[in-house]
Amino acid sequence: MIRELFSATVIIGIISSGIRLATPYLYASIGEMFGQRSGVLNLGVEGQMLLGAFMAFYVALKTGNLWLGVLAAMGVGALMGLAMAFVTVNLQATQGISGIGFYLFGLGMSNLLFQKLIGTVETVQGFPRISLPLLGKIPVIGDIFFNQNMLVYLAFLLVPAAWFVLHKTTLGLKIRAVGENPEAADSLGVSVSRVRYFTVILGGVLSGVAGASLSIALLNVFQQNMTAGQGFIAVALVYFGGWRPWGILGGALLFSLVNALQLWIQVLGVPIPSELAVMMPYVLTILVLTVSVSKVRGPSALTKVFEREG
Amino acid sequence: MTPSGSPSAEKVKIHTLEMIGISKRFPGVLANDRVDFDVRAGEVHALLGENGAGKSTLMKILYGMYHPDAGQIVIDGQPTVIPSPVAAIRKGIGMIHQHFMLVPTLTVAENVALGLPSSRGPLTDLEQVSKRILQLADKYNLKIDPKALVWQLSVGQQQRVEIIKALYRGAALLLLDEPTAVLTPQEVDELFVIMRQMTLDGYGLVFISHKLHEVVEISQRVTVLRNGRKIGTRPTSEVTKQILANWMVGRDIEFITSSAQQAAGETRIALEKVCCDSDRGTEGLCDVSLEVHSGEILGLAGVSGNGQRELAETIVGLRHIRSGKVFLDGKDVTGLQPGVLTGRGLSYIPEERMKDGMIRNFNIAENLILREHHKPPFSEHGFLKMRDIAAHTDRLIKQYQIKTPSQKTLAKSLSGGNIQKVLLARELSRSPRAIVAAQPTRGLDIGASEYVHEQLLKQRADGTAILLISEDLDEILALSDRIAVIYEGKIMDILYRETATREEIGLLMAGVHLENKPAETAIAPEL
Ligand SMILES: Nc1ncnc2c1ncn2[C@@H]1O[C@H](COP(=O)(O)OP(=O)(O)O)[C@@H](O)[C@H]1O
Ligand SMILES: [Mg+2]
Repeated sequence: MIRELFSATVIIGIISSGIRLATPYLYASIGEMFGQRSGVLNLGVEGQMLLGAFMAFYVALKTGNLWLGVLAAMGVGALMGLAMAFVTVNLQATQGISGIGFYLFGLGMSNLLFQKLIGTVETVQGFPRISLPLLGKIPVIGDIFFNQNMLVYLAFLLVPAAWFVLHKTTLGLKIRAVGENPEAADSLGVSVSRVRYFTVILGGVLSGVAGASLSIALLNVFQQNMTAGQGFIAVALVYFGGWRPWGILGGALLFSLVNALQLWIQVLGVPIPSELAVMMPYVLTILVLTVSVSKVRGPSALTKVFEREG
Repeated sequence: MTPSGSPSAEKVKIHTLEMIGISKRFPGVLANDRVDFDVRAGEVHALLGENGAGKSTLMKILYGMYHPDAGQIVIDGQPTVIPSPVAAIRKGIGMIHQHFMLVPTLTVAENVALGLPSSRGPLTDLEQVSKRILQLADKYNLKIDPKALVWQLSVGQQQRVEIIKALYRGAALLLLDEPTAVLTPQEVDELFVIMRQMTLDGYGLVFISHKLHEVVEISQRVTVLRNGRKIGTRPTSEVTKQILANWMVGRDIEFITSSAQQAAGETRIALEKVCCDSDRGTEGLCDVSLEVHSGEILGLAGVSGNGQRELAETIVGLRHIRSGKVFLDGKDVTGLQPGVLTGRGLSYIPEERMKDGMIRNFNIAENLILREHHKPPFSEHGFLKMRDIAAHTDRLIKQYQIKTPSQKTLAKSLSGGNIQKVLLARELSRSPRAIVAAQPTRGLDIGASEYVHEQLLKQRADGTAILLISEDLDEILALSDRIAVIYEGKIMDILYRETATREEIGLLMAGVHLENKPAETAIAPEL
C-alpha cells in the first residue's frame, strides 16, 4: 500500500488535488494579506467564507447560474468586510476580538440561513474542469495544472495580480504606507480610513469567493461549518507567507499538498491512524510558523488603531 | 487632485505669513496663549523655547495638524484657514517633523511619491520621481539615492529625505522642528549650509530649537516662547545668548559645569570585549571595553541608535550578551539578573522612564520602593509595612523636591520633571556604588535638567561611578570627566574632557578618526 503511494497516477493525483485544495486558501489569504498590509487584522475570515459558501450555493441552486453564485458570495463578503471596517476603523474596536465576533456571526448566520432556506442536503453541479487548449494536452503537467476549474485558474492569477497592485500602483503604495506608518501617510494626505475600508472590503469579497470555491467548485454541497477552520489557516498563511503574495502561494501549496497527501493516505488505506493523518497539515503549519515567523517582520501598524491627534 | 501636488507646478510664493493671536488648549495645558508669529521669504526665523513651551504646537497649527481655539493665519495679506496638512502643502507650507514622517520599509522615491498623483494614472511613476529627486538633491548638494530603503539610511540622510519631500511638493515655507536634535555637530553644519542656500533661493524657514548657539548662528530673527506665551521677537543680531536664556527660562541661569576631575578611584564598572545583538537581531555592541571609576562621570556620546541602549542594558543585566564579560566592583557579574545587581549597589536611570523605570498606574510610594519592597524596612514576613513606606516616601518627596498632591498620586499623572525626580529619588537614595544614567534630562525643562545635573555631580563627589549616556553633546561636555564615543556598536575612542574638542567628538560620532585622515578630507562634509 505504501508502494501505491509512489505510483505515477497517485503522485499526479496528489499534486492535482493539492492545487485544487489550495484555491480557497489563495483567495482568503490574499484578501487577508491586503487587510494586514494596511494594518487591519481580520480574524473573521472563516465567518466570511461560510456566508460566502452558503450564498454561492444557495444562488447557484436556485438560479442554476454559478457565476451569479460567485457574485452573491462576493456581495455578502463585501458586506461583512464593510461591517468589519466600520467596527475597526470608525469604532476602533480591538481587531482580534471583533474578528472573532464576525466569525461567530458568520458561523451562526450561515447555519440559520441553511436551515431556513434549504434544510436538507442538496448538491449543485459545480464549476466543471476545463482543459486549457494546448496546455491541457501536455502530459503530466497538463493533468496537474491545466485541467482544473475556472476558480482554480483565477485563484492562481490572483497571486501575480496582487503582487502587481501592491508594488506597481499608487494604491499599493498607499496600502503599504498605511500599514507601516499611518501618521506619515496621513500627513501626506492619504486617507488612512479610506485605504483600510478598501482593503478590508476587498478581503471580504475574496473570502466570499474562497467560500464559493468550496461550495460550488470543490465540494458542491453546503454543510454547516463546512470550512472547518480553513479561514483561520488562511490568516496563518499570511504570516507564513511573510505578507507577500508569492510567500502566501508557497504556504498555501505546501499546506494543501500535505493535505492532499493525507487524504490519499486515507483513501489508499495506508495503515496510519486517520486522526494522525488529518493532523498532519496543521502540525506542519505550526512547525513552519514557529520557524519562519520570527524572521519576517509584519506591518508595523498591524492591529493598531489610527487616530489623528489634536 | 490639484495641480499644486505635482512637482512641475509653478512654485507657490509666500512673501509673508503671519499668525495672529493663536491660542490652543489641550486638556490641562494652555499650549499656546495668544501667540503672534510671522515669517518672511528669504529669512530664517528661529522659534526658541524650552521643552513644553509650545513650539511644536504652534507649528503644527500652521501645518494644519492642530486647529487653533482662537487666532488667525494670514498669508500675504489674505486671512487663511488651514484645515489639514494637505491644505498646508497646497498653500506652499512644508514641515520637517521632530519625529520623521517617513515609512521606513519604503524607498526614498516611494516616500516622496506617496499621496501624490502619478503621471501614469493608477500606476506609480517612480522613475520620473527619482529623476526629479536627483535634480533637487543636486541643487542643494544633498547626496541621496532614490532607490535606497529609508530604514537603511542614517538619521541625517532621513532628514534630507524629509527636506526633499517638502521641496518636491513645492513648499515655499519650511517649518523645521528641532532638526538638529538628532544630528552630529558636522551634520548640523551641513544642514545650516543647506538652509542658507534655501534662504538665498527665496524660501522662508522657521527653525525650532532650544539650543542658543544654533539659534544665534543661523537665524536672522528670533522669537522666544515660554509656557505657551510669546516673550518677544527680535532681530538675532540685537540679542545676546544671556538675554535669550533669560527669556526662555524666566530667570538667569548658570551654565553648570563639573569641577575639575578628582583623582580617579578604583574601577567600579568594567566591560571586557562585550558583544551583543540589537533588538533587530543585528550586531548591537561589538568588542566594547570600558571602565568607569569611583568618583568619575564617564560620558557616552553618540548619535541615537548606535548601541547606547544596548550598552546600558548590558551593564544592568537586561540584555543577554554573546561574548565578553561585565564586572561590577571587580567581580564578574556577567549574566546575573538585574535584581542581583541592584543588591550589589547598581542603580539605573533608564532612557524610557515611563516604560522601563516606573509603573504608570502605581502611586509614588509604590514606585519608590519598587526595587527594595521585599526587604526591610519596607516589608517583613511577606507583608508590606505601610507606615515605614509612608515615612520613607515623605522623606524622599521633601529631599528631592517632588511636586505632587500626595504620596498616592499615580506616576502617570506627574509631569516629566517630577517623574524623573521620583526615579532619581529611588535610584540615588540607596547610596549606589555605580549608576547608569541614560538620557537623564531628555524632554525635561531647564530647571529640572539643572536639578538632575546637580544630583549627578553630588553623587560623583560621594565617590559613585557614573556612566552618563546622552545624545546631547552639551550635556556630555558639561558633566563628564572622560568621554567615550560610540558608533555602530563600537567605542571609537575615549577622550579626556579637558583636551577633547567638539569637532573631534563630532567626527568620532560619525565614525571618523581624525588621525587616520588628512585634516581637509576629514572635515569636508561626507554628504
Ligand atoms: N496632542 C497633545 N495632547 C495633549 N497635550 C499636548 C499635545 N501636544 C502638546 N501637548 C502639550 O502642550 C504643551 C506644549 O507642547 P509642545 O508644543 O510639544 O512643546 P515644545 O515643542 O515647545 O516642546 C506641553 O505641555 C505638551 O504636553
Ligand atoms: Mg517640540
